[in-house]
Amino acid sequence: MSEKIDVRGLSCPLPVVTVRKKLLEMKNGVLEVLVDTGTSRDNITRMAVNTGWKVEAKEEDGEYRLIISSKKK
Amino acid sequence: MLKKIFCFRKYIIFTGVFIGISATVLQKLGNPANMGICIACMERDIAGALGLHRAAVVQYIRPEIIGFVFGSLIAALIFKEFKARSGSAPLMRFVLGFLAMIGALVFLGCPWRTLLRLAGGDGNALFGLAGLITGILVGIFFIKSGYNLGRNQRTYPLVGWIMPLIMMGLFLLLLFRPQLPSGAVFFSSQGPGSQHAPLFIALLVAMVIGFLAQRTRFCTVAAVRDVILIKDTYLFTGVISLLLAALVSNLILKQFHPGFQGQPIAHTNQLWNFGGMVLAGLAFTLAGGCPGRQLFLSGEGDADAAVFVLGMIVGAGFAHNFDTASSPQGPGLWGPASVIVGLIICLIIGFSMSDLMKKKKEA
Repeated sequence: MSEKIDVRGLSCPLPVVTVRKKLLEMKNGVLEVLVDTGTSRDNITRMAVNTGWKVEAKEEDGEYRLIISSKKK
Repeated sequence: MLKKIFCFRKYIIFTGVFIGISATVLQKLGNPANMGICIACMERDIAGALGLHRAAVVQYIRPEIIGFVFGSLIAALIFKEFKARSGSAPLMRFVLGFLAMIGALVFLGCPWRTLLRLAGGDGNALFGLAGLITGILVGIFFIKSGYNLGRNQRTYPLVGWIMPLIMMGLFLLLLFRPQLPSGAVFFSSQGPGSQHAPLFIALLVAMVIGFLAQRTRFCTVAAVRDVILIKDTYLFTGVISLLLAALVSNLILKQFHPGFQGQPIAHTNQLWNFGGMVLAGLAFTLAGGCPGRQLFLSGEGDADAAVFVLGMIVGAGFAHNFDTASSPQGPGLWGPASVIVGLIICLIIGFSMSDLMKKKKEA
């Protein structure tokens, strides 16, 4: 079951704060995040990896789709 | 791959060290004492050069500010991160920039100079640092309460180019120094405004800083905020590196003079050193980043950050014209009152643009 958040256009630190809150709620599973800046991509990736999640980033038309998944299956 | 390498911690450490050493060396080369780099002071000097205020000792078009934007622009273009965007409460950002400058000029420095003053031995900066952290903490309270300036929108590329073009205009004024009948462009003949490192060295160093900071997302306010808000020490590492590098560099260059009295471009009124930076710290946090970060963002096409910078420059003009800025003798006549009013405005912004107001209505 995958969930999705769109944090495009939000100012720092709201993208990472929003995603962190969602990950804390989810505990495991897959979260798809749409971001529009390199800063948000880096911040969210660093936060997710540091808290034990896997992150896969795909660039699409100057924006990014982050697939954040729990390491435990 | 190149995009990824700048995310590693060693690059933020390198950026902090580079800024710390550069600032102390720029001071050695002519910039004012403990003010090798100060975003607020340097934007204030630009405001003076343009005649937005007439404090004769602080008027100079600082090439460092221009270089920060150019460096960030170049990095953003190379790494394909230049994105014109706008529309996230720009007028509110102008107000926050204005108030941040009012607070910073009561303390006499931005977050960068707070660290550089500490690294130069200025004990008064401890009160400014305490104020800055307090302001950031209040800002975090609002962020945790749902504070949000709204989403920006992608817009025409030209909108993102406006700030770099303004900087190009300033650079031409600095280079050709036209003298108009009004007296503009104003350049100080004495005082801090007359003290500066050679133009092209300052510009080049600032461009390298702008480039590095755009890649590493260096931000002195987010450094503290992220540790508390999301338990992330990445940016904090960079800020500590800046402080330590500047301290060591000052010791080597014999620019370290510990004490409270007679510190350069500083005053000893600790209440308002603290209070000024509470206001600045809160305004920076509500706007999403320190004044350096706002310049770097404006270089990569963020027109809202550019509006914040313009708010700071106008705020500097106001601060000197309306006697809210401090001098080495102490706070200006209206300095304390302006800090109190500024804090009230920031609190209203924080409450009214977060979920706190909604909760109150629901109750």
